[in-house]
Amino acid sequence: MPRRGEPLFLERQSYRRRRMMDLARLLPVLGLFAFMLPLLGGPEGISRTAANLVYFFLAWFALIVMAWALARRLCREGLDSGPGETREGGDRP
Amino acid sequence: MITFNMLVLVCLTYVVLLFVIAFVAERRAAAGRVAWLRSPLVYTLSLSVYCTAWTFYGAVGYAARSGLEFVTIYLGPTLVLIGWWWALRKLVRIGKSQRITSIADLISSRYGKSNVLGVIVTLMAVVGTTPYIALQLQSVTLSFAVFAERGAAQWAMTDLNATALSVAAGLALFTILFGTRNLDANERHHGVVTAIATEAVVKLIALLAVGLFVIWGVAGGLEEMLARIETSPLAQTHFNSGRWVGLTFLSAAAIFTLPRMFQVLVVENADERHLATASWAFPLYLFLMSLFVVPIAVTGLRVMSDGANPDLFVLTVPLSQGQEGLAALAFLGGFSSATSMVIVAAIALSTMVSNHVVMPIWLHWKEAGATVSGDVRKVVLRARRISIAGILVLGYLYYRLTGGSEVLAAIGLVSFAGVAQVLPALLGGIFWRGATRNGAAAGLILGFATWAYTLFLPSFGPGVAMSAELLANGPWGIDWLRPQALFGVTGLDPVVHAVFWSITLNTFAFFTVSLWSFPSPMERLQGAQFVNVFEHSSAARGWSHGAAEAEDLLMMAQRILGAREAQALFQRAASEQGKAGYLPETTPEFIERLERELAGSVGAATAHAMVGQIAGHSSVSVEDLMAVADEAAQIMEYSSQLEAKSEELARTARQLKEANEKLTEISEQKDAFLSQISHELRTPMTSIRAFSEILMEGASLRQEDLRRYSSIIYEEAIRLTRLLDDLLDLSVLERGQVTLNLQPGNLREMLDRAVAATSSLDKDGRMVIERHPGSEDLPLMTDTDRLSQVFINLIANANKYCDAEAPRLAIAVRHLPEGTAVDFIDNGTGIPKKSQDIIFEKFSRLGDHSSAGGAGLGLAICREIMDKLGGSIAYLPGQGGAAFRVILPASQAEAA
Repeated sequence: MPRRGEPLFLERQSYRRRRMMDLARLLPVLGLFAFMLPLLGGPEGISRTAANLVYFFLAWFALIVMAWALARRLCREGLDSGPGETREGGDRP
Repeated sequence: MITFNMLVLVCLTYVVLLFVIAFVAERRAAAGRVAWLRSPLVYTLSLSVYCTAWTFYGAVGYAARSGLEFVTIYLGPTLVLIGWWWALRKLVRIGKSQRITSIADLISSRYGKSNVLGVIVTLMAVVGTTPYIALQLQSVTLSFAVFAERGAAQWAMTDLNATALSVAAGLALFTILFGTRNLDANERHHGVVTAIATEAVVKLIALLAVGLFVIWGVAGGLEEMLARIETSPLAQTHFNSGRWVGLTFLSAAAIFTLPRMFQVLVVENADERHLATASWAFPLYLFLMSLFVVPIAVTGLRVMSDGANPDLFVLTVPLSQGQEGLAALAFLGGFSSATSMVIVAAIALSTMVSNHVVMPIWLHWKEAGATVSGDVRKVVLRARRISIAGILVLGYLYYRLTGGSEVLAAIGLVSFAGVAQVLPALLGGIFWRGATRNGAAAGLILGFATWAYTLFLPSFGPGVAMSAELLANGPWGIDWLRPQALFGVTGLDPVVHAVFWSITLNTFAFFTVSLWSFPSPMERLQGAQFVNVFEHSSAARGWSHGAAEAEDLLMMAQRILGAREAQALFQRAASEQGKAGYLPETTPEFIERLERELAGSVGAATAHAMVGQIAGHSSVSVEDLMAVADEAAQIMEYSSQLEAKSEELARTARQLKEANEKLTEISEQKDAFLSQISHELRTPMTSIRAFSEILMEGASLRQEDLRRYSSIIYEEAIRLTRLLDDLLDLSVLERGQVTLNLQPGNLREMLDRAVAATSSLDKDGRMVIERHPGSEDLPLMTDTDRLSQVFINLIANANKYCDAEAPRLAIAVRHLPEGTAVDFIDNGTGIPKKSQDIIFEKFSRLGDHSSAGGAGLGLAICREIMDKLGGSIAYLPGQGGAAFRVILPASQAEAA
């Protein structure tokens, strides 16, 4: 498509970018959830160490992989995309 | 078998290696090859100062005592790093735009550059960090002792202390050598960071090696290891939710507030993108560091005797299995963890102490502070060096006093809780514009006091800092004030109890006082800058217009930044304003910028105070506040265009004004010159006429009178000729009719010639000429006669006009980016600012120096000559006397 398609494409990209930033903000919340979850489990708060150990390290590693993918993506698109990028309610496309 | 002496040898070799690495890194950085020194990898590895000896040895001990809970110490930092988009990114950006030097500087700068807050945070940091340094010394000596016990040599308590002392001394030496090289804390300590990155690799490899060994070497595989965990005393985990949440919070807070973490995370950060890499790479590092902790602990509990110290399992397990080499590697790992922590902590603390305690006191002592002569850099660097030594001495004393008997993890947590008190003021400061200085101070003080009362003082044990009676029943028997059960809360673990109450009270006080107090304009300005750092990174101004003298500012800046940097900064600013020379207009923008540069060296509060001494009190105008308070971006955008235009106009107007002033002055000078030149011509003429009349009439004159009169006529005629020669010379130069006689020569020879030629002027030999023949040896391809003429003129000027008791002229050769410069600096009163612009004009002669002779053509001739030669000559203000800088053109300096 000639020129007419271009703005739509750009908008879509910056929309994605914004959602990536949201995900970056969400990730620690996700981590907190994963790390606090075992507190609820087990009868009278007692559980098997070995199983917990495996769980923690798996969750931890998954979190690291997600952070890696996200950091790569955010970096590739540039940390700053001009003014107004992080303004409150900055959902302007 | 590894003997104790071999271990000492290995350790010393390792230390030498670290020195070499740091040295090479500094050399490479000095040569400008910093590409890999500034890589995200080095940045991430340097963050590992978080993993101290407490992690290396203590984590296994912690796991052996309370199972999985040790992992919380790593989960907190993981969450903070993964959530970098929330806070760390902002913190790093603020650190860069405000040139923050330490966490105390950040707090002080945010709350209106208040030095009181800087001092409070500094004290808290010192109190909170000292036990931690003691902990590192203890772990190194304990690990030495493990090896010594096995050898034949008797290892007594005094040897332990001697070890601790020599380790502390070595660390002080390293830190002073590589940590106080440059003053600008914003400049990275490449040597230190590289050494720390190396140590990070060593400790990771060491711990992984021990971990792999216990799984595949001792247990015989992963399955078997898990089975062993199932049958060990740690088989079941009882989650204590309070401790779990509390410790995760505490370790997350520590990433922000530990002085050493702030140093590597924010101050040493070279590029914001590195943070993106660290956001996953540092959690990965922590992940690997803690991966094998439980297996090592389980193996230790299995193979070691009951009385063995679990804190040393990392060392003793390989030793008990006969793995000497592995044990030595583990020892180096522990040594690395301890030393890297101490080095970075000492640098961070010394920066705080020198910027927030020593410099303000020093400034206060010297009322005239900012304007007296002398190099402030030396004072700051010395203060930093002394503080580093002082901090290590404190750590050593603490180690001696506590006897080094505590469980490692306990001290670590006490420290964490202490520095965590900065968190509310820090996060409130960067996210909430309503946070005020009083609120921050109230929160910090209350939180710190609560921490000391509920955790720090009781941590020494009953009967040491607090009596057993007080601990059990509260002060004066008031039950609800019991240190470990404040307000009747008894169901909590002591650490969690202390963290809960100190942070809660701290936050309440912070918010309450912030809500009720009213911030000063400076606080509001800084608050807006910090909170909205992504929206307007440009500086808002806090200085009213025109109060400061550019020359005074230059003088001060030279003493903090160094002459070359300061002159370059001023020259750049001047040329941006469209002015020539070294003195820019002292606009608020310029003062703000200067202050920020200075803050990079001495901290925001001190820089503000120093500039304030010269510029008068800062004032924030209504426009400034409105510009900041105005959140409507559209207005800002539109007005920024207007601003750009009006700035352009202002610059043109300034240039016009300057040109006009100059023209008026020159025309006045020309009038003055006409009358002066007639006078100059007339005086010798008169005496020539008078004496020749006497000679014509008087046949009766005595021989000696005859000679005297004719010699007067002769001298006056010479004077006339010289005057006319000068005029002729100048007009030839100006019309460009001169032909240059280029020939090879040497700068030193030309200066020698000039000094010799002017020596007749100074018959009493009063003038002392300082030279540095070494730097003058420079081959040149130029018109040597003309260049010598310039030198002669400048030296003769100094001879004539320098009015000091003991006149002194310094001739210095410097290599600047724009070419080689020869500076002529005397110690007289110099040239007043209003005249500096016109001394190079023809016929200008300042004041009433009629005795000096000449018609004020010398400098004008010099300027013409330098123009023709392709160089330049300028007056150099702020040197304490008259100073001229001759810049030889670079191409000609290289030509020969």
